[in-house]
This record gives sequence, structure tokens and C-alpha cells, in this order.
Amino acid sequence: MSVVFDILASAGLWAAILRIATPLIFGTLGALLCERAGVLNLGIEGIMTFGAMIGWLAVFHGADLWTGVLVAAISGTLFGVLHSLLTVTLGLSQHVSGLGVTLFASSFSYYVFRLVVPVAGTPPTVMPFQPIDIPALSSLPFIGPAFFTQTAPTYLAIVIALIMGYIIFRTPVGLAIRMTGENPHAAEAQGVNPMKVRYGAVIAGSALMAVGGAFLTLSAFNSFFPTMVQGRGWICIALVVFASWRPGRALFGALLFAFFDAFQLRLQTVVEGVPYQIFLMTPYILSIFALALMARRARVPQALMQPYRRGER
Amino acid sequence: MTTPVLDIIGVSKRFGDNLANDGISMSLGKGEIVALLGENGAGKTTLMSILFGHYVPDDGQIRIDGEELPPGKPRAAIGAGVGMVHQHFSLASNLTVLENVMTGTEQLWKLRSATEEARKKLVGIAERFGLKVDPDARLGDLSVGEQQRVEILKALYNDARILILDEPTAVLTNIEAERMFATLKDMARQGLSLIFISHKLDEVMAAAHRIVVLRGGKVVAERKASETNKAELAELMVGRRVTRPVREPSTPGAVVLELRDLGVRIGGVERLKNVGFVLREGEVLGIIGVSGNGQAPLARVLSGTLARTSGELLLYGEAVGNLSVGDVVDAGIGRIPEDRNGEGAIGEMSIWENAVLERLPAYSRNGLVDRKAGMAFAKSIIDAFDVRGGTPASGTRLLSGGNMQKLILGRNLSHRPRILIAAQPARGLDEGAVAAVHARILEARKAGTAVLLISEDLDEVISLADRIQAIVGGRLSPPVNAEEADARLLGLMMSGDWSHIAEAAHAP
Ligand SMILES: Nc1ncnc2c1ncn2[C@@H]1O[C@H](COP(=O)(O)OP(=O)(O)OP(=O)(O)O)[C@@H](O)[C@H]1O
Ligand SMILES: [Mg+2]
Repeated sequence: MSVVFDILASAGLWAAILRIATPLIFGTLGALLCERAGVLNLGIEGIMTFGAMIGWLAVFHGADLWTGVLVAAISGTLFGVLHSLLTVTLGLSQHVSGLGVTLFASSFSYYVFRLVVPVAGTPPTVMPFQPIDIPALSSLPFIGPAFFTQTAPTYLAIVIALIMGYIIFRTPVGLAIRMTGENPHAAEAQGVNPMKVRYGAVIAGSALMAVGGAFLTLSAFNSFFPTMVQGRGWICIALVVFASWRPGRALFGALLFAFFDAFQLRLQTVVEGVPYQIFLMTPYILSIFALALMARRARVPQALMQPYRRGER
Repeated sequence: MTTPVLDIIGVSKRFGDNLANDGISMSLGKGEIVALLGENGAGKTTLMSILFGHYVPDDGQIRIDGEELPPGKPRAAIGAGVGMVHQHFSLASNLTVLENVMTGTEQLWKLRSATEEARKKLVGIAERFGLKVDPDARLGDLSVGEQQRVEILKALYNDARILILDEPTAVLTNIEAERMFATLKDMARQGLSLIFISHKLDEVMAAAHRIVVLRGGKVVAERKASETNKAELAELMVGRRVTRPVREPSTPGAVVLELRDLGVRIGGVERLKNVGFVLREGEVLGIIGVSGNGQAPLARVLSGTLARTSGELLLYGEAVGNLSVGDVVDAGIGRIPEDRNGEGAIGEMSIWENAVLERLPAYSRNGLVDRKAGMAFAKSIIDAFDVRGGTPASGTRLLSGGNMQKLILGRNLSHRPRILIAAQPARGLDEGAVAAVHARILEARKAGTAVLLISEDLDEVISLADRIQAIVGGRLSPPVNAEEADARLLGLMMSGDWSHIAEAAHAP
């Protein structure tokens, strides 16, 4: 037991949680926004990969870090337009289209990366975001190193989660988005254009996903390799369900998952005689349990995955 | 008459080679209630959809207070004061009442929704028109009647001066319907103008000032309510005299279906308790009751889509386990489900595909679907049951509500079922179609089919059923013979007071 306590009492654990959670927060919020409008975006895995690549590439070629993030966001909007074209305008299957976007974006990332960066033993690196020093807070004992040694994008992710919660539940646009995800015909009858709402949500959501990817190459690590997203996109899709489509809970869910992950990493080093793969599995197993527990009560947006066609009965 | 607030001038709309609206002109005065009447597929919903901007007319125009409304723009219609309550509700069940009402009413990019003001306004309107509803309730938790109130409130919230209601009472219980019409009349007195669509002549006569009758996409007559009667309206609508068929006495045969102490529990809630009845060949057993009292689970148990938790089910004298849909079809049980869009037919598929879906093996050859035989069968249903507005190959979704019901009925009755489970078979049908459906059910009864008729319409049950039981809170009353039943006794039965049922009647 004291082992567990030691891990929990180390500031490093808590700092790691926030770091691990950041790309998940961005990705989950992005997927959540799309789904609230009624569009499942399985392009997330590919969009995150592309964001990670293009953001890194921009910085590698001399852009500053925030410009890199911006470039990633813009690439996300383009994939968002693609996914919307296929699912909203053409009304194609959202699953198939999303998987298509993921396959395309992932391979395209690698292609572009290889065009620019030749194969080398050690991949080239950039200078990533540095932890920001918050006067007073960062120097507090334990609290400081645990919670206030993050890079700027981490704080940004938390702020965006709060802002998105506000937008979705407190503003007219948020209501229009929710209505579109629940019943686009009703939205239309009230004078809201469901097509436009879906385009907007998917484009903005995809941009957030790409920023989540860029965090990996510009803050968590400092180089790009093609498999680096490692299924984080799929975790985000599950987290949206876990969060019952609420941004606040999405934040919580991402942190919880990150907690499991950070905890098992540390447990690996102190517990002997157990294959480390077992530990690697635990966050996912626990996620499945948490998901099963939460998802039973979740209220799925009623028009999720249903194409909207105007003037049909 | 006062100056019209609404003029519909020469509106035409064509769907393929189907002329749904053919040069329709009508007007509506301030404070007036106009009923729009017509057969299934006459074009009523289409006309109202044009008025509200869902469809763009091929020809003609809509004028409000003399100003032409731009076609195909719901926003513009709302802005001009038109509110619409759709035949199929357009509400979001996961959102609250207030959210449903507020959607689209504010500037989209405002930084904050004015929820408090909106709530005040909504409560104010609700009080003024006697439409009580909790603004913070989740819409999906409300009864159908309450949901309808929300639809009306939604229109009033947008400052509607012209309110259009498409078959507002089709899904309401009698009491709810009466209450709604009282509200509508009150609204008219306060200066609102209303158009409502209905197939129920009683309520048309009671509520409307003026009645416009459509047939085949044209206006065929216009009458003041004070200068017409139900018989004339029915004739105008259908183009010929309609009389509802009468039930001839019959001698029921062997018991084909029996339930004993049947119970159903869904998610921990008892939906059916100790339900028992016997159903014989050649008779109609009517189950009356306010909707939501267990009709749906009862129909589903007998259709093979829900498993019972306790009790016995005897089919042709033999106890059987839980039925699957396949068993039900094989046992010769025909079904007319209550929710025709959800369970009765698949809108995305063609009419012939829907016709044969239930009996694919019979319409297959060498493992392939026999399209020709299927088309022929669909054609025979269309002819025999007077399904209008479609061909065997056209999409089922495009049929008007009433015609879809005729298709489902035809599919079931063409196969001479031994047992027929009919839930609300005449809901949403026009007078002519109701008579036709009733005639078909009585014909089946005469041929020896045992019919279980689940209905909220007392007139329907009294005229078709040999025996009647009421369903209240998942329990079934003892039966009464139709001869002994009158509206008062049935009313008592539906309210759960079964003390008046003579002992003799419920001996099996
Ligand atoms: N979107 C559409 N595409 C093709 N045909 C249509 C469409 N909408 C309606 N129709 C056809 O137009 C005709 C009129 O339909 P409408 O829904 O207006 O009838 P209705 O008078 O409202 O009937 P009901 O009483 O059954 O509701 C029908 O034959 C219908 O099949
Ligand atoms: Mg209609």
C-alpha cells in the first residue's frame, strides 16, 4: 500500500496526468462538438496525426510554436470540410467516411513528412513549448510542481473545455447545435439551417482535433513519427460517450484516463515480476468499465449519424 | 367577413406525375377557425407545408396581410406570424421544453441566451392560453398531449397570429382533444386565426367556423359550419355517400387465443398485470383505454417483439412459450401496429418490398426474391385496398399517412390471417377509408378470423366489437358484451371502475 501512496504523493504523477490528458482533452472536445451537431467524426485519429505532422513541420521550417499550432488547426478545418462534404452534403455513411478520412490523413501525413524529411537514424527535433512559470503558484511546495509546471497548450485545453461548456449550454448557437443533433427537422422548422450548423461544428471540431495532435509534437515530444497518435483518437471517441456529450465531464474523463495511465507507468517501475504489458492494458480495461458504467445513463443525441435531407417526410 | 389575414392564391404543387395541389385558393379571416378536410392524400399537408415554406410551390402565391410571402423560407413565414404544428411533431426529446421553444428565436451569435426572459415569456403565454406545462421538464418525459401543447406554445412564442395544426387530435385522447379545442377557440376569441386539419367530423363541426374540403388536390367545397352537417361533409370529401358498415350477429367458434395471468415487466416497471382474455374464431374483442395504459406492451407480446415475464399464453388451445416474430407469422397472426412509420413499414423501401417483407420465403425462388410475384402482390393490395399516391415500385415514404395504413392492412388481410391484432387501425384515416377498413375487419370476422381490436375510439369499438374489455394501468377489466355497453359504462370501465360490469358477462 505504501507503494501506492508514494506514487500518489509524488508531484511528478500529477504533472504527468495533465500532460497526458491535454491531447485527449482537445480531441474529445472536438469529437464532442461534431457529435452534438449529429455527426460522428471517426476521422479524428488521422486528423490528429496530420495536425501533429504539419504543426511540427511548420516549426521545423522556422515558424514559431503558436504559428505551428495555428497551421495544425487550419489543416484540421480542411479535413473538417472534407468530412462535412461527404456526410452532410452527400449524406454518406458517417462511419465509412470517417474511417476514410483517418486512412487518408494518416498516410498523407507520412507521405508529406517523408517528402520533406529524409529517412535518418534519429528523427530531427524542434524546440518544444516550455513550462510556464506562474509567479507565486509555481513555487508553492508540492502544488507548484504538481499543477503549475505545464506548457501553455495544457492551460489552453482546460480553458477551451470551460468555454465550450458555456457555449453549448448557455448560448443561442449552442442550442442550435444541440437541436440539430437531436432533431434537424425541428431545427429547420424553427428557422435554423441544420446543414450550416453541421458544417460549422465539424469544421471547428476537426480543428480542435488537429491541435490535440500538434500538442504531441510541439509540447509532449519534440519530433514526429507516423504512429505517434497511437489510438488516442479512438480513446477520445469513447471519452465522448463517457462524458455523456458534456464538455465538463469530457475534461474529467480525459483526466481520469490520464490518471490511470500515469499511475500504471509508475507502478511498472516499482512492482516486480509482472509483465509490463499487463500494466499497459490497465487504463484501457478501466476505461471500458467506466464507459460501461456511465454510458448506460447517457443520452445520445437522437440524430447522431443520421443524414439530414431537406424537404423529405 | 373581416379582411383576410391570409390568402392562398392559385397554389399548385406537383410531385413527379402526382399533382398534390391543383390551383388551390382559400383565405382566412382574423379570429376565424377554418377546418381543412379531405381524404388521405388529398394534399392537405402539402398545402400547409407550402404555406409554412417547407415546400416551394410550382405556381401561385401566399399573401399575409396582403403582402406576398417569399416561397420556401420557413424563417420568413415565422417572421410573418405563421406558426405550424406538424402532423409528426418536430421536437427534440432530450431537450427541455424551454429549449425546444427557444431554438432559433434569438440572434445566433449572442454571447448569452436570455433564458430567464424566455422563461417568463413562455410562462406568460402558457397562462394566457391555459396551456400548462413545466418549462424545465425534459420533453421526452411528457405525455403526447403535453408535447402537443409544447408545439402550440412554440408557435405562439414566435408571436404567431396564424396557427396551422395538422391533425392535432390524431394522437390525443378524447379528453385531451376536448381540452385542446377549448384552448383553440379561446385563442380565436383573442384574435388569432387558425387552420386545422382533421378527419374527425365531430370535432370539425364543433370547433370550426368554416370548412374547406379538398379532393384530389382541388378545393371542392367551402361551407359555413352552421350551414352543413356531418353527412354532407363526408360525402363532399369522398365524392360519394359513405356509411360505416354494421356488424351482423355471428356465432363465435373455438377459442384460438387465450391469455392467463399474463405479466410483463420492463426495466423494473410492471407494464401488464394479471392480464387475461379469450378470443374466439369469428369474433372481435375490443380493448379500450386511454393510451399509455399497457396497450403497447400487450400488442408487442402478441406480435412476438416482447417477452412476457409471467403467465400463460395459449395459441389454438396449446400453451406456448415466448413467441418470436417468425412464430407469429407462421401461426397466421396478422398485425397492424400502432406506430405505422416505426414498425409497420420501412419508408426507405419500395411498396412492393414492404408488401412481401414479412413472407420472404413465399416470394422467393431459388434463393432470390421473386420481384415479379412481389410486384403483382403489391399491385393487388393497391387495387383491392385503394392505396393512392404510389405504384408498387415507388417509395413507401412518399405515401400519405392514411395510405400507408391501407397498405399495411392490405398486406395482412390478403393472407387470410386466423388471428388479427389491430392497434388503432383507423387512426388518421379519412371517413371513406375508415368505412373501408371497418368493412374489411368485419369481412375477416365473417370469414372466421379472430380479431383483437385495440382502440381508443369508442365509436369504433362499439360498432365493431362483440365483446369489450378495458385496459387500465396494465390490468384488463372483465369483458362486457357490446349490446350492454354504452358510452357511460365504457367511460367508467376506462377510468378503472369495474363494479358495474355484470357478473354474468365475465363468466367465460
Ligand atoms: N415529398 C413528397 N414526394 C412525393 N410525393 C409526395 C410528397 N409529399 C406528398 N406526396 C404525395 O402528395 C399527395 C398529397 O399528400 P399529403 O401528405 O398532402 O396528403 P394529406 O391530405 O395530408 O393526407 P393524410 O390525410 O393521409 O395526411 C400524396 O399522394 C402523397 O403521396
Ligand atoms: Mg397529412
